[in-house]
Amino acid sequence: MSEILVFCDKDETAFELVSKSREFAKELGATVSAALLGNGAAGKADDYFSYGADRVYVSEHSVLSDFYVATYADALQQIAEGEDVEFVLLGSTKRGKELAGRLAQKLNAGAITDANDVRVSDGNLVADRYAYGGNTLASVAVNTPKKVISVMPRTFEAGLREAKEGEVVNVDLDLKDPEVRVVERRDKAGDEVNLDEAEMLLCVGRGVQNKEDLEMIEELADLIGAEIGCTKTPASDWEWFSEERMVGLSGKKCKPSLYISIGISGQIQHTVGVMDSKIIATINTDENALMFNITDYGIVGDYAVVVPKLVEKLKSLG
Amino acid sequence: MDIVVCMKQMPDLQQIRIKDRKPILENVPLVWGDLDKNAIEEAALIKEKVGEAKITVVAKGSDKLQQGILEPLAMGADEAVLLTDPAFEGSDSMGTAKVLAKAIEKIGAYDLVILGEGSTDNYSGLVGSALAELLNLPEITYVRELNVENGKVTAVRNMEESFEVVEANLPVVITVAQEINEPRLPKFMAIRKAGAKPRHEWGPADIGLSADEVGENAASVDMLSNLAPEQDRKNIILEGDLDEKIDALVDALIKEGVLGR
Ligand SMILES: Cc1cc2nc3c(=O)[nH]c(=O)nc-3n(C[C@H](O)[C@H](O)[C@H](O)COP(=O)(O)OP(=O)(O)OC[C@H]3O[C@@H](n4cnc5c(N)ncnc54)[C@H](O)[C@@H]3O)c2cc1C
Ligand SMILES: Nc1ncnc2c1ncn2[C@@H]1O[C@H](COP(=O)(O)O)[C@@H](O)[C@H]1O
Repeated sequence: MSEILVFCDKDETAFELVSKSREFAKELGATVSAALLGNGAAGKADDYFSYGADRVYVSEHSVLSDFYVATYADALQQIAEGEDVEFVLLGSTKRGKELAGRLAQKLNAGAITDANDVRVSDGNLVADRYAYGGNTLASVAVNTPKKVISVMPRTFEAGLREAKEGEVVNVDLDLKDPEVRVVERRDKAGDEVNLDEAEMLLCVGRGVQNKEDLEMIEELADLIGAEIGCTKTPASDWEWFSEERMVGLSGKKCKPSLYISIGISGQIQHTVGVMDSKIIATINTDENALMFNITDYGIVGDYAVVVPKLVEKLKSLG
Repeated sequence: MDIVVCMKQMPDLQQIRIKDRKPILENVPLVWGDLDKNAIEEAALIKEKVGEAKITVVAKGSDKLQQGILEPLAMGADEAVLLTDPAFEGSDSMGTAKVLAKAIEKIGAYDLVILGEGSTDNYSGLVGSALAELLNLPEITYVRELNVENGKVTAVRNMEESFEVVEANLPVVITVAQEINEPRLPKFMAIRKAGAKPRHEWGPADIGLSADEVGENAASVDMLSNLAPEQDRKNIILEGDLDEKIDALVDALIKEGVLGR
């Protein structure tokens, strides 16, 4: 009987994958298992069972306390090779993506990353992922005996929990000391926001060059009840926002009713994250900006003038 | 010090037009991956700092590479290895990693192998990790700051909730994030001089692989379909003076039922 093995460095994402894998397992006639690695792994078994895992592999080996990709790939290879594991489903977090390549190579498997949908077809799993930087959506399937697929967080919902029994396999892993040592970890400003669930979204881009101007943009956001998101530069280069607020190919995929872009050119790596908005409005000085091609209502103009006017108008409406 | 940089050439994604939901790639100019330019820039910066270094660019792609390679050579690469044999066409990410690994093994000397954290078109992020595994090297991904000294690297990685400072001994595989540097625009003279730098073209046999071990024949991922999502937008540019535009926008958004509910 084939087995679907789930792993993610973030338990919430792993729970989503375990829940969904229950459905896949029914169609494929497979079982669902999960790998729990690192400090405190054993204590999580019941959570994984409650979302639908039949079995968990547990190791609290000391070298797993820091996530080093090659060590984790080694651990997962030893788990995935010994058994009937056909599918390895990983969360497409940053660590999940780097793990996918290394693990797939060890397993001689084909791999797909950043899947934003997965379904059963002809006894295999078919995944959708963006191609050409987001211009197209490709459906792809792995054709090797073992298959590695990393799935974007929040693609699926973690289902209802049920008290359930499962099998705990304490694995005895043969692991080396990591060749990359963590010296320090600097936490980013914690910014708990789920942009992917925002009903109203306002995004700022590189056209907004003055940090002080965020004030007027925040005022606008408050007035319409919007969350603020951004393109890559304000997050990665300027560090105005945490990456939780970056929208696009390597950031969040959102489907708000209203999305307003401010000073955003409309390059595909950003717009792929807002394609599913109901209505798109744009403020940009350049009438030829690509953004206008995917806009419903556009204003050609300087945000520094347009935004305060818009704020004034909305206030007048009360 | 020997530095290998892996770079991918691809159609300019901003210029791809969609017809009947299919991407039209004809006549779209080829460009280098954005992050791959950060990768070559970082190699050039390291060379400037340590003095003695040799930078080799490895690129698998079409015969258009012969022209395109002048840009990375002008940005600071000393030599190029081009994998342009048609047999390489149609590989998936794992297949690309295999071919790059064989080419790098043939180059022989590599203290640092630098890639982008993702290719601009695929963004699979698989090639760097798979390559590190094939070369049996440690890897440091998502690097936004890199320091190489006395056979050791220190790097700052941009992870979701933290910046992670790590260290490792050479040789090591690095994948870079976009914010690590600002790629230089090569000067005209540098591009002219680039033409004289050594370029090698290797086919499967040159790197010890047979034609059916590479390209589409060996792909471990099948593409079942690849279509543009449907987009239906109104494309209305609001006219008039600023007050009129604002009024029109607010009216429209209220009528659409997305404002003032
Ligand atoms: C592999 C990869 C992944 C990526 N992932 C993402 C991602 O997830 N998300 C993302 O956003 N990007 C991503 N990018 C980057 C992306 O390609 C673009 O570089 C980025 O989206 C551009 O951001 P921008 O529109 O803010 O800036 P720009 O392209 O510089 O556009 C700025 C715009 O502001 C306008 N402007 C200037 N002044 C004003 C003014 N006063 N008032 C109004 N408008 C003004 C200009 O006309 C211009 O159109 C990725 C890139 C790569 C290679
Ligand atoms: N055809 C190629 N030739 C050379 N390098 C490549 C090629 N494809 C991918 N790469 C390298 O691998 C990185 C990651 O690519 P990907 O795994 O497709 O996201 C890129 O940024 C490049 O550095």
